[in-house]
Amino acid sequence: MKPWNKAHPLHLALREQLEPSSNQANQTLTTPSRRTVFKLAGLTGLGLGLGLGFALAPRNAAASTDSKSDGLEPNGYVHIAADGRIRIYAPNPEIGQGVKTSMPIIVAAELGANWDDVVVEQAPVDSVRFGRQSAGGSTSILRAMESLRRAGATARLMLESAAAAKWQVPIDELRTESSRVTHQASGRMASFAELSEAASKQAVPNVDHLVAEPRKDFSLGGKRITGVDNYALVVGEPLFGIDQQLPGMRYATYTKCPAPGGLVESFNRDEVLSFPGVEDAFAVEPWGSVWDLRSGVAIVADSTWHAIQAKRGLDIEWDLFDAADDDVEASLRAALALEGQSGPIEVEVRGDAEAAYQSAEHKLVASYAYPFLSHAQLEPQNCTAWHKGDQNGIEIWAPSQTIQMGRAMTAQMLGLAREQVLVHQTRAGGGFGRRLANDYMLEAAAIAQRIEAPVKLQWTREDDMACGHYRAAGVHHFRAGVKADGRLASFQNHHVSFTADGEKPVHGGGYRRGEFPALAARDIKVTQTLLPFDTPMGFWRAPGSNGIAFANQSFLHELSVAAGRDHNEFLLELLDNHPVTGDGPWNFDPRRAKGVLQALARRERELSSSVSMTKLGEAQRRAQGVAFYFSHAGYVAINADVSVSTDRQLKVHQVLVSVDVGPIVHESGAKNQCEGSVIDAMSTLMGLEITCREGCAEQENFHAYPLGRIAITPQVIDVTFVDSGAASSGLGEPVFPPVAPAICNAIFNATGQRLRRFPLVRFGYSYA
Amino acid sequence: MKLRVNGTAHAMPEKIDPATPLLWVLRDELGLVGSKYGCGIGQCGACTVHVGNLPVKSCLMPVGSLGDAEVTTIEGLAKGGELTALQQAWIEFDVPQCGYCQAGQIMAASALLEETHSPSDEQIHAALSGNLCRCGTYARISAAIKAAGKQLALNGGVTSEALS
Repeated sequence: MKPWNKAHPLHLALREQLEPSSNQANQTLTTPSRRTVFKLAGLTGLGLGLGLGFALAPRNAAASTDSKSDGLEPNGYVHIAADGRIRIYAPNPEIGQGVKTSMPIIVAAELGANWDDVVVEQAPVDSVRFGRQSAGGSTSILRAMESLRRAGATARLMLESAAAAKWQVPIDELRTESSRVTHQASGRMASFAELSEAASKQAVPNVDHLVAEPRKDFSLGGKRITGVDNYALVVGEPLFGIDQQLPGMRYATYTKCPAPGGLVESFNRDEVLSFPGVEDAFAVEPWGSVWDLRSGVAIVADSTWHAIQAKRGLDIEWDLFDAADDDVEASLRAALALEGQSGPIEVEVRGDAEAAYQSAEHKLVASYAYPFLSHAQLEPQNCTAWHKGDQNGIEIWAPSQTIQMGRAMTAQMLGLAREQVLVHQTRAGGGFGRRLANDYMLEAAAIAQRIEAPVKLQWTREDDMACGHYRAAGVHHFRAGVKADGRLASFQNHHVSFTADGEKPVHGGGYRRGEFPALAARDIKVTQTLLPFDTPMGFWRAPGSNGIAFANQSFLHELSVAAGRDHNEFLLELLDNHPVTGDGPWNFDPRRAKGVLQALARRERELSSSVSMTKLGEAQRRAQGVAFYFSHAGYVAINADVSVSTDRQLKVHQVLVSVDVGPIVHESGAKNQCEGSVIDAMSTLMGLEITCREGCAEQENFHAYPLGRIAITPQVIDVTFVDSGAASSGLGEPVFPPVAPAICNAIFNATGQRLRRFPLVRFGYSYA
Repeated sequence: MKLRVNGTAHAMPEKIDPATPLLWVLRDELGLVGSKYGCGIGQCGACTVHVGNLPVKSCLMPVGSLGDAEVTTIEGLAKGGELTALQQAWIEFDVPQCGYCQAGQIMAASALLEETHSPSDEQIHAALSGNLCRCGTYARISAAIKAAGKQLALNGGVTSEALS
């Protein structure tokens, strides 16, 4: 293992959080913040004043500066002012997944608030008040649900207690909705504004009974709710990390070796200093691992443009002795060459898969491959930092998905106490997992330490693409058989992934035990080979899942075709034969998978009568394809309706999305995630791929990394939400994985061509 | 050198090289940070502004080449604080996800609606082909543009009928 690949303990802890089910069959979900909420509620409930909850953590400039000296503030999440205005703090970072709107909706629903009275603010970073404030693995809703509900329920019960005391009526005769408490029998009614003062003097109640059952209704009276930052976005207000502006601020770039692990030996400092506007230039020593502070050259200037111009004039001598020299094409060739073998790591082996294969009526062998990917979040990494001396510490504004982790690492790197690192989480222009690392934060902190002014570090797009933490490529060698009666007889999957330390798979390179369809067959053999690869790989959008879903769900279609089965029936039968693997949201429940497939088929029948099929010429063939997947606690089935021309122009006409993530918290936002995941998956399937040669990514900017544009949008993206009675869970990731296999299955149905590798541009495809 | 942005003429400090892209002058000198940096090579459109009535990638537009032309940015779209029909539709259709590309999308769409109030899918695709949305909000972008166009044709605010 390269020494620079040794992960910081915080990265290892993060990985545990993000892959809760990997190689652990029965892990249950914990909500660590429950105790925190009790603690806070207890403190304010003693009548010690409203400031105490805040006194536990330093006041943060990101919080409102409005007076909070009146009204009701029973916990860290909600404040009801004497004028009835309800302030709800959105605890987690907004990266486009919609949690700045959906998490406050949960509080408001439990509170019985009128959404028009609610003002949402990004919460200060404060683990005492809010527990873990991160975005990753589609876990925000699942993990925070109970804390958010308790926050709202506590406030509601205190308001109701105040009304009950005032009116001398039993509290259970009261109803609360639309920011009003009513007593129907006597016709009395009071607004939150009228009750907030008296409510603040009520004892903080126990709300266990109110949150015991999963909540089903988050509709807030049926009012359509849109994103809380929409107004600010359409008028261009500053929201993002890149938008930070401070008096006297300087602007910086940071240039690292394109081959990870390369060290600055020397650079043309005098020449760089002669560029217009350049104020300083210096080399920075690495700290931590390759995910943290890499060796590089900082340029500080009076504007971003001047810093970028000078960066272009940089001439750095790199010490490449210990740098990565990975070659993606060679690695994928090596992975594909393992066809016909099984891997040394046994993920799941039962029965005699080879014997069952040999005796099967229909035998199939196939290999699938998918590439490395860049996150390409549209806001290039950036961070603003202001070092105020060792006494006063440092203040940081960062579009991070894990700002608490970034804070801890910054403190460690600078030798400061954690309290001396004041961090603010900004809105992030996309995350997709790239901002789970805090390299940009550590770079900004290291630069800020050297200058006496606030500084904004700006990565160029080229920096972003060259210094990615790529989604791991993978290869799957399948070998499976179907019996004469059309049932699955044997399933073998040899997954070839990568390792940086010679032991563990890279981020997103794992293969989950119990991964469908293994447990539906009696004789199975799932193994892994890990090839060495030094370039850092990171979590992406459903990183492992989307590769595995593409391979497994495409190959299952090959099997049903070979056996002459209806694909939907074949899948449903496999699910009938699949055991329920345990309780908890991370365990695969075949009943929920069946639920989304059946709902998908119903929706397809409903729409097939109303959708007018475009008349196609002889040169085009049209068909539908189906796939489903379980990941991130969500169940999603996809039906893609595509046509393909003879010159391989692909048109995706309609995509049906059938989703079970429990009751939907924010309907518009949830549908937006589904629509966006379809587009993102289409974009990835067709054109995206990162290749490396001698350790350096060959793609530099969007001209070589062609994200899908507006014309690829299907005419119809139709979303059906299935309610199976499960608890609500996240939707940032689970829709993505089944989209590509559904499209590839449709292409096969239309043309007979099986596409076992993406991006499809490799086969001459493009979107029409 | 002077620069006219959103109805105001700004004197440019001497240090500004005329070759500086408009984007960085807007963001770093004028504090108008609504226009975004995404790629710096005119591929993503997050920096789209209007020069005159035309949508332009401000990351490639040398500030010295603008002369007396009027620049409009996302901050200048709403006149007198009143949102345009397009901005209203954008909010009502809940278009944004991460939101980073949206200013550029709105500026490109706004220029299209200057040309026609009833753009076809093909016209929308052509007019917005230079604007990437990494989150994939394209379906809602099209829907919001069409609704706003209808509303402009009726010369009123966005109504619930237009949104249905």
